[in-house]
Parts: sequence; structure tokens; C-alpha cells
Amino acid sequence: MLNNNIQLDENGKLLHFLSIEGLSQPILTEILDTAESFTSVTDRTIKKVPILRGKTVANLFFEASTRTRSTFELAAQRLSADILSLDVNASATVKGESLLDTIHNLEAMQIDMFVVRHQDSGSAHFFAQHVRPGVSVLNAGDGQHEHPTQAMLDMYTIRHYKKDFSSLRVAIVGDILHSRVARSQIHALNLLNTAEIRVIAPRTLLPVGTESLGVSVYHDLETGLKDVDVVIMLRLQRERMRGALLPSEKEYFRQFGLSQERLQLAKPDAIVMHPGPANRGVEIESSVMDGNQSVILQQVSFGISVRMAVMSMIVGQSGLHSGGEG
Amino acid sequence: MTLPSVESLLEKLVQALTPYFSSPQSQPIIVGIETGGAWIAERLLQRINPEGELGRLNISFYRDDFTKTGLHPTVKPSRLPSDIDDKTIILVDDVLHSGRTVRAAMNEIFDYGRPQKIVLVIMIDRGSREIPIQPDIVGATLELDSDSHIKLEGPESLKFVIKTLDNHAQ
Repeated sequence: MLNNNIQLDENGKLLHFLSIEGLSQPILTEILDTAESFTSVTDRTIKKVPILRGKTVANLFFEASTRTRSTFELAAQRLSADILSLDVNASATVKGESLLDTIHNLEAMQIDMFVVRHQDSGSAHFFAQHVRPGVSVLNAGDGQHEHPTQAMLDMYTIRHYKKDFSSLRVAIVGDILHSRVARSQIHALNLLNTAEIRVIAPRTLLPVGTESLGVSVYHDLETGLKDVDVVIMLRLQRERMRGALLPSEKEYFRQFGLSQERLQLAKPDAIVMHPGPANRGVEIESSVMDGNQSVILQQVSFGISVRMAVMSMIVGQSGLHSGGEG
Repeated sequence: MTLPSVESLLEKLVQALTPYFSSPQSQPIIVGIETGGAWIAERLLQRINPEGELGRLNISFYRDDFTKTGLHPTVKPSRLPSDIDDKTIILVDDVLHSGRTVRAAMNEIFDYGRPQKIVLVIMIDRGSREIPIQPDIVGATLELDSDSHIKLEGPESLKFVIKTLDNHAQ
């Protein structure tokens, strides 16, 4: 069990953003509301606000990423921060002492905020425990643990299209075992009082004890998709597969791939989501991905506002009190 | 202290603003600063130019004390009409004090475009400016102690209230 409390100060304000687990429903809602107010920034001529002016954000990606990394960059830039994206050599053993050395070297460059993706679970917490007071860490994915900003942009997308979580059936389909996204999503959906969370996966791609997270487990896609409002497809993480968990990708698609035909089992107005990158023809049929129920590209756009919201909430005090006259 | 009624102040502002709307070809855009300024701006628009589009500014992103006060996610996001270039903007707020809110609002406006002119309309000017910003149209001027706080309550029925803070003045 990781110590999540280091995310919050004694007043419950965000200091770091490491995991959805350990956060409360009001904070999640505040993130979504704040993100909503940032959407107006992206609609106008100058897509910039001065909130992070003078702050320096370092993107530290020990693992490959396109979407997360670039939307974090854009989010920081739209908040007027200076941003440094570092290519960190992932092949070196970057743990223990050497990871600490990285942190201290970057701190010597007066970095205010670290956005960290690392292949080891718990690495973002490790960073947060070792940075100087006043320096913040945002988890952009740690091993198989959590990917909290992805989960928040997914919650934003669901709220945008479906409004109220308490009447929703949400299905998460695929490689749950290797998915930090699924873990964060399940915590977030539970905190937001989702009516039913279904997890649909082959037995080999499901961690032991999944039911204890407050979800219903299905091993058959067709039964699981029945009458759902939201379908979240996960990427088959081929690079994380150790040992023969699956017969073949073709076989996987036959059993767990989302086709047009299967999507019809969900509610007629169900939305289809995917955190990306998607393997067309492996977990999702091309025509579904490009179809009119797919909101996959909208998720990417919302990702910028959500990351702006988290960054600005960390820098500013909690906004729950009233403003002054001026 | 007796405060002037919002209704009488509104009437005074309408009188002063009407000349700005004399040319049908180029109607100014009324923009209110959330939340009190937007409530007043809404009423001014109804009386002067009911067909016009209301602009709203949530200046939290531009406040110079952002790191101390943070965001106000309960406040509606900014919405300005799509094209403000070369237009006259009637910028409305309920109370003018330090002038910092107006500065933040003007910074935000210029991120939407380049207006031809900004006219600052204030319902109550309580003085004590900290930066050189002055209103063009004022409903009333009030002398208040530095530990008093004046606030517009609404939105259905608008009313000014004065509160004296025990520990610090805003």
C-alpha cells in the first residue's frame, strides 16, 4: 500500500497528483469543473493564460508516450509555464540512487513541477517523497499502478456526454492486468458514484481480486456489453506481456474485439472510448474507431484542459472560498 | 451608513451609457466581470440593447494573486462574443477598489483580440486605488474604512451589503 496522503496538504489541497486512490469526490469534481472553465481558453485567439507564468515544468518520460507527453506540454504552455521535455535513457537502470541523482540535478535547475512517467509502479510517489518542499510531482503513468490524469480526462469525457454518473453503466474492456489506466478509472468511477462498473476481460488478463474494487466481472464480451452507456476499450499491451497469456491477436479480436455488431448490444447512444494508442483490428475494429459513437479524439482534446486544471490547482490555493473585491 | 439602491444606480448608469449606443452600425459590447459585474451587465444590456450579446469574464486565471487565492471553479468560464476586434467594450464591475481586478480583466480582453476602446463602468467606487486605473462612468462613490468589505448580493434581487472583517480587509 502506497502512502497517498503526500498528495494533499493538511487542508486537503493538492500538492502532488499521484493517484486517484486516496483522493475524495469533491477534489475530482473540482478538477472536472476547473477543466470546464479552461475550455474557453482553447476557443480564442490567444490560447494562453498567465497562471504558471515564471514556473518551470519538466516532463520526465522514462517510457515512450506521444499523447500524454504532448498534451502535458501544451497544457503547461497554455498556462504560460516554461517547459522542459527531457529524453531520459530508459535502458539505464534508473532506480534508487540514480533516480535520486536525476531528481537532485533537475532541482538544481529550479524546476517547480515534474511530470513523470516511469515503468516502475510507485515511482511518482518516490519522486514526490524526495523533492524539495514546494516542488510538485504529477504522475503521467507509473508501471501498472496508476495514470490519474488519463482517468480524469476520461471522467471529463463521460460527464461531457452523459452528465450524471449515478445512472450510468460503464464497461472497461480488455487488458486490465497490465493497465494502470483501468486501475485509475475504476477508482475515479467509484468516487463519482457510477451506478455500475463492469470489467470485461479474459481470465489471464485480469488481476486476482478485481471484484474487491467494486466492479462486476465478465469474461464474455457480448454479455458484458449489454445495455451499457459507456464502453472503454483498453489497448492490448503487447510490450508488457510476459509469457503466453493469449493464444494470438487474431483470437483475441475474435473474443474481445469491439466490432460494430457487438457495439449494438450496448445502448444505442453509448459512447466508445479508448485511451490510445489503439491497435486497429486487435481490440477495436477500424470502423468503430472512426464511427459516430467514438469519442476517442475528443478525449485527446479534453486531455489538455484536464491537465491544465490539475496543474493550476496545484499552483493555486483551493478555490472553494470566495473572491475579493477589486 | 445608507447605501444607494441598486435600482437608482442602474438608472444612472443607463443614462450615462445610452450615448455610446447611438450608432446602429457599431454597437458596443457589454462585458461583465463575474460574478457581481456580470449581474449588473446583464441588467444594463436588457435596458439598453436587449438584442445584444452579453460578454462575461471570469478573471481568476489573470489575477495577480492567483497563487494565493486560486481558481473559483464555481464561477462560470469567460465568454466573449467571437469578434471583439475594433469594437467598443463596455466593461462593467460592481465595486472598484484596488483596481487589480480591472487590470486582470483588461489583460484577458486583449487575449481575445484588440478592441477599439474600453469604457470602464463601475457601480460603486470605494477609492483606495493601488494602481492607476480610473472609471469612465460611476454610479456612486463611497468612503469606507479599510477593514470594511462591500459586496453585491444576487443574482435575483441585487443588493449591496457592507461587512466589517475582524482580522483583515480584502
